Amino acid sequence: MRRQAKNRTSFTRRALLIGTGQAAIFAAITARLYHLQVAEHGKYALMAKQNSISERLEAPERGIITDRFGTTLAGNQQHWRALFMKAMAPDPDAVLENFYRLVPLSDTEKARITQDLSEHPGYIPVLLKDWLDWPDMAAIEVNTPNLPGVIVEEGASRTYPLGPLAAHVVGYVGRPNQKEAKENAVLALPGMRVGRTGAEDAEDTALRGQPGFVQTETNVHGEVVRVVAQDPGTPGQTVALGLDAGLQQIAMQALGNNTGAAVMLDATNGEILAMASTPSFDPTLFDKGVPSDTWKSWMTDPRHPLVNKAAAGLFAPGSTFKPTVAMAALKCGALTPETIHDCPGYFKLGNHIFWCDGHIAHGRLTVTGALQVSCDVFFYKTALDTGVDNIHAMASIMGLGVDLHSDFPHTQSGQVPDLVWAKQRGIHWVQGDTVVQGIGQGYLQLTPLALATMIARIGTGTNITPHIARRIGGALQPASIPGAPQPLDVNFAHLAVVRQGLFEVVNTPNGTGYGARLTIPNVQMAGKTGTAQVHNNTATEKAAGYNDMDMAWAQRPNALFVAYAPVENPRYAAAVVVEHGNFGAQSAAPIAHDMMTYALLHDPAGRDKPLANPPPMPPLTSPKVPAL
Amino acid sequence: MIEPGSLSLHRPFRERSFGIARKLMRVNWLFVLCVCMLAGVGYAALYSAAGGSPEPYAQSQIIRFCGALVLMLCIAMVDIRFIAKFSWPAWLLGVLLLLAVMKFGHVGLGAKRWMSVGGVEIQPSELMKLFLAMAMGSYFKRATPEQTGNLLFVLPAVVAILIPVGLILKEPNLGTAVITGTIGATVMLGAGVRWWWFAIVVAIIAVCAPIIYEHLHAYQKARIDIFLNPGADPLGAGYNIIQSKIALGSGGFFGQGYLHGTQNQLNFLPEKQTDFVFTIIAEEFGFFGSIGVIGLLVTIVGLAYYTALSCSHVYGRLVALGIATNFFLYCFVNLSMVMGLIPVGGVPLPLISYGGSALTAVMLGFGVLMSIHVHRDVEFPETEDL
Repeated sequence: MRRQAKNRTSFTRRALLIGTGQAAIFAAITARLYHLQVAEHGKYALMAKQNSISERLEAPERGIITDRFGTTLAGNQQHWRALFMKAMAPDPDAVLENFYRLVPLSDTEKARITQDLSEHPGYIPVLLKDWLDWPDMAAIEVNTPNLPGVIVEEGASRTYPLGPLAAHVVGYVGRPNQKEAKENAVLALPGMRVGRTGAEDAEDTALRGQPGFVQTETNVHGEVVRVVAQDPGTPGQTVALGLDAGLQQIAMQALGNNTGAAVMLDATNGEILAMASTPSFDPTLFDKGVPSDTWKSWMTDPRHPLVNKAAAGLFAPGSTFKPTVAMAALKCGALTPETIHDCPGYFKLGNHIFWCDGHIAHGRLTVTGALQVSCDVFFYKTALDTGVDNIHAMASIMGLGVDLHSDFPHTQSGQVPDLVWAKQRGIHWVQGDTVVQGIGQGYLQLTPLALATMIARIGTGTNITPHIARRIGGALQPASIPGAPQPLDVNFAHLAVVRQGLFEVVNTPNGTGYGARLTIPNVQMAGKTGTAQVHNNTATEKAAGYNDMDMAWAQRPNALFVAYAPVENPRYAAAVVVEHGNFGAQSAAPIAHDMMTYALLHDPAGRDKPLANPPPMPPLTSPKVPAL
Repeated sequence: MIEPGSLSLHRPFRERSFGIARKLMRVNWLFVLCVCMLAGVGYAALYSAAGGSPEPYAQSQIIRFCGALVLMLCIAMVDIRFIAKFSWPAWLLGVLLLLAVMKFGHVGLGAKRWMSVGGVEIQPSELMKLFLAMAMGSYFKRATPEQTGNLLFVLPAVVAILIPVGLILKEPNLGTAVITGTIGATVMLGAGVRWWWFAIVVAIIAVCAPIIYEHLHAYQKARIDIFLNPGADPLGAGYNIIQSKIALGSGGFFGQGYLHGTQNQLNFLPEKQTDFVFTIIAEEFGFFGSIGVIGLLVTIVGLAYYTALSCSHVYGRLVALGIATNFFLYCFVNLSMVMGLIPVGGVPLPLISYGGSALTAVMLGFGVLMSIHVHRDVEFPETEDL
């Protein structure tokens, strides 16, 4: 007990001593504080007034997008805008009142400004109005004393010189949404844009750049006296696409008023040379804000102008699928190059009759001949002998129904069914399903981009993958380096048989694509037509002697054409889909013909500088279709 | 049946534990009030730091504080003898966490200090300060004056201090290492270890200071150099100190008015919501407001000493002394740094600065302190019953 008491006294003494020491230090801090805050107040108040240097982040300029030859596809245009820094205004609400009186704004805009102001710290400038015109500018300049904290500065907006002609492939930008701005503070800066579709989306990181800053000296009222230091930041990098702006325009012109899509690839490395989708839209509207009636008309248009039909539009491939079926049959032995099937004009499976197109009896055909005249009966039989799983496996090799891992955003893989696919979806697969898959109908769904990949792979025998970016900041992208693609996992003797068939389609009078043969000397194209029904003709329609041309637009078959050229050493591969264009040979093949002619004359593939003196381009052959 | 007088605050409790209601009454509510007032000041300062908006700092900080307050009161209800049993396990846990942060922690501002446990960011060195005070209290709770005068008896305690201090130095975090060592030393001093031994250690450190300086990291040297001559690079590393002093000095006696401090609102001080939060109060409320806040801080330290002095058992006295010193050192280092008295180091102003790690650590310590206060009359067993 005594020991404890003694301990306690000792502790109390020491604790009081330590405590006194700490209290003394607190007293010293307070004394120092008095010295700083009261005794030297005058000196520091003066420094604060003369002060001071404040820092503000500035949005970097977004990188430009060009085609392979340097033609600007997406650029920046300077304009004036009004910003507001709440921290600089003694009475922010009064300043806003004054501003609204000078520059009237809609209620929704006012609500956005109020929300932005409440969400960001006072030193982050909030956008009041973009695209100031001269009367606005003048009104703000004259009233500067009533508008402390309002800054007028130059900003950049996005322009698209080709406008609707390259809207889908180049894409568009939009203001960051609240979630994005929260995750990345840089995006909260006024003027920052985020790529939403196409190349703007694919290469958004490279295009965005690093923010800069401005250090300004301000007086006590927060008015800028002078700029002390400025760092423009790192502007976004220039992205050169594989696209050829000239070819792109030809593709759009050739598609004309049709609804559809056309893709052209460099068949040796997969660079996208042209990617057209119609109808199109004006991409600059997204930067300024889309008027609500325009938006409404886009949303209600049955032809879906905002959808990039080349990369995300899903279509039954029709007869353009036959080369893949032929490759599968040759591989599994269901077919040899010499195998002959007889076509009486129909094919009977059980009680069901599958007709050849137009009920024509083609007679005795080899696989080459069947491709040439696009005999359906031959491929009904072949598909049945090959089996749906073998067809699926070959389709995957050709890049159909699989994820191509392209750098182009929002691409669809489509579907090429096999038995596993059917089982997963609870579909009872019957032989008739395999039969129609042999001619590219049934459950098949593919994009024009995938079809172009397929025909390029058949033409070159390499596993090319479509990609959009050719150079970023001048550096050639790995996928564009010549010789990057690997040989396809197929028998090249089989490939030669199929290529012969595709050659005959375009270059023999009996071929379905003879009308689209090239008219320029010394070069030939190989291709395949396709006509895919989108409507099951009912018995009554058949009895009435239906005619596809007479049907309502939305029920007419889709027209397709795939091609590569030159035949000996393929460099260009194209796929064209014209929605409800009836026959592939009639409406899709001429479009491919025009694109191929332009490509062969200008030869953009592998070049960074255009040909000095390209031969003149013959007039377009693709028929002009009146608007809906 | 409630006996008459059983609700008396002064009825001593010795052997048996007491009910929650009685415990709650024995909590030092003046202390809790001061802590809440300080958190209120913090809310006002963070609201101003965001330019007059509860987002993004004030709102989330006050929510964290409320959680920590509940945690503190829960710990206060736990018998201090039960807590004492975990002194050494806590010390060991702290050391393991420090080792873990070296291996798995992420790097922030050039040092590995932080790690994430189940989504919660923790800074083990903050917890280590409390755990070290508890371990020291446990080691010396039955020490006789003969033992505290015996170097061989004191040596293990010195090792127990040096292990975490060394690990924190390795992070590297010089400031926290010095604070941790100081807390350990203060508890030893309170336990009765000879005062002139400390004098010798301090003398040795003073002599070795130039050698230590040579072995510092580049950024630590830079801080000391800038502290000695802040005008050398006014837009670079000395910027914070100069702007901080201007903010304090332009406050004057009554300040520039809430939300009207030019230094604060025009954002001359980056990251002012964390270490430099005091400048906001000083600029907008002046010297008047500053001494108000310092008064609150002193009251809290003083009440912690009151708990230490009124406690009947050695463990409580020593741990309370350690917690009081910890809080004092936070305030001292932060305020001196803001005023340009010592080199800048990332030490927040407790309960006011934005950030969860220091807040949680401080409130955990206050929980233990309140448990000591509630159980100040209990008797520790004479022998270890582990």
